[in-house]
Amino acid sequence: MFEIFGKLANWVTYGLFTMSDQTKLADAVHFFIEDISKIFVLLVVMIYFISLLRASMNTTKVRDALKGRSRFFGYSVASIFGAITPFCSCSSIPLFLGFTAANIPTGVTLSFLITSPLLNEVAIILLGSILGWQFMVIYLLIGLTAGILGGIFFDLIGAEKLLQPMAEKLKGTNQNSQSGNIKVIKMNMKDRHNFAKKEAKNIFLKIWLWVILGVGIGGALHGYVPQNWITDHLGGGSWWSVPLAVLLGIPLYSNASGMIPVLETLLAKGLPVGTGLALMLSTVGASFPEFVMLKYVLKPKLLIYLFGYFLVSFTIIGWIINLIY
Amino acid sequence: MKKVEILGGGCASCDMLQKETELAALNLGIEIELEKVKDFEKIADYGVMVTPALVIDGDLKCSGKVLKAKEIEQYFI
Repeated sequence: MFEIFGKLANWVTYGLFTMSDQTKLADAVHFFIEDISKIFVLLVVMIYFISLLRASMNTTKVRDALKGRSRFFGYSVASIFGAITPFCSCSSIPLFLGFTAANIPTGVTLSFLITSPLLNEVAIILLGSILGWQFMVIYLLIGLTAGILGGIFFDLIGAEKLLQPMAEKLKGTNQNSQSGNIKVIKMNMKDRHNFAKKEAKNIFLKIWLWVILGVGIGGALHGYVPQNWITDHLGGGSWWSVPLAVLLGIPLYSNASGMIPVLETLLAKGLPVGTGLALMLSTVGASFPEFVMLKYVLKPKLLIYLFGYFLVSFTIIGWIINLIY
Repeated sequence: MKKVEILGGGCASCDMLQKETELAALNLGIEIELEKVKDFEKIADYGVMVTPALVIDGDLKCSGKVLKAKEIEQYFI
């Protein structure tokens, strides 16, 4: 189904640019064109369809669905909702406060916050289309598990006692918040189509540069880094390469869309799957902007626990996957 | 004159909502006093969970979306 992009790349690289197919530059350019065209088309199409489904989803509905439910229900549902709801790190705080005000257990809220950035539709689409659907399913399952286990862990350590005063005093106050008064607009097919169209356009405009950057770097690596260099130099699967990948990923502020083409190349060059996955998880799931925001609602001790949770869980996941593969 | 508050932590979406709101007011010839609310407690007071959000004369009109000027105009009437 995707050969058309390879053909397009062939035409541009060897036909239009008349490059010789022996050079590394041609290799890199071909990779670039093929990947970019494939990703762009896939992104627009898939985001459109997912947005059609997602049109009537909003955070207020999620919160109301979680209010007053058992923790067990909460961790799993919150994690799933986190995957479905779009997420912007500047909304971390309002969201956290809103959930806390509705007396939703802190662990449940954290389940949501863990999976939201990790399982965004762009990352999942790209994973599926570039690295195969098995990878995508594994990533999904891992993300959900990380969310559920995280929620359980944080409630076990008493996270609700480690909130900043701003969040603490809001507990249970959600009686007559105005957001309950916003008219719920019923969406018909035309509304959904318009929404989906807008989403596809907006999200594309937000990430197209990241994709180009990511594919650019991936392409350069593809053409210029010798096969197996990574296996030779990055300890190919030795135990420390996984936590190292996680540590590397945390300050790497990249959109998932930029990360995945790079990951594709790294994997092709010999990076072990588990290590690559750990890198991806920590790049996408643990971002500095989000931590900076969360310090307003979480006490430093809890922030450290959160950071530690990411470090440990992603490392363990990386190790397990390396063992399986 | 209408009092407009843009609720949000200060990322690009909030700036865009501000621009579109100012444009909407301009189109309608309405004078507005615009304030950017970054204080999270105030934001929470409105019950807003996803920013950016638009408040006109103390009424929450919309949250979680960057509306276009045309869509915002209806809230001024």
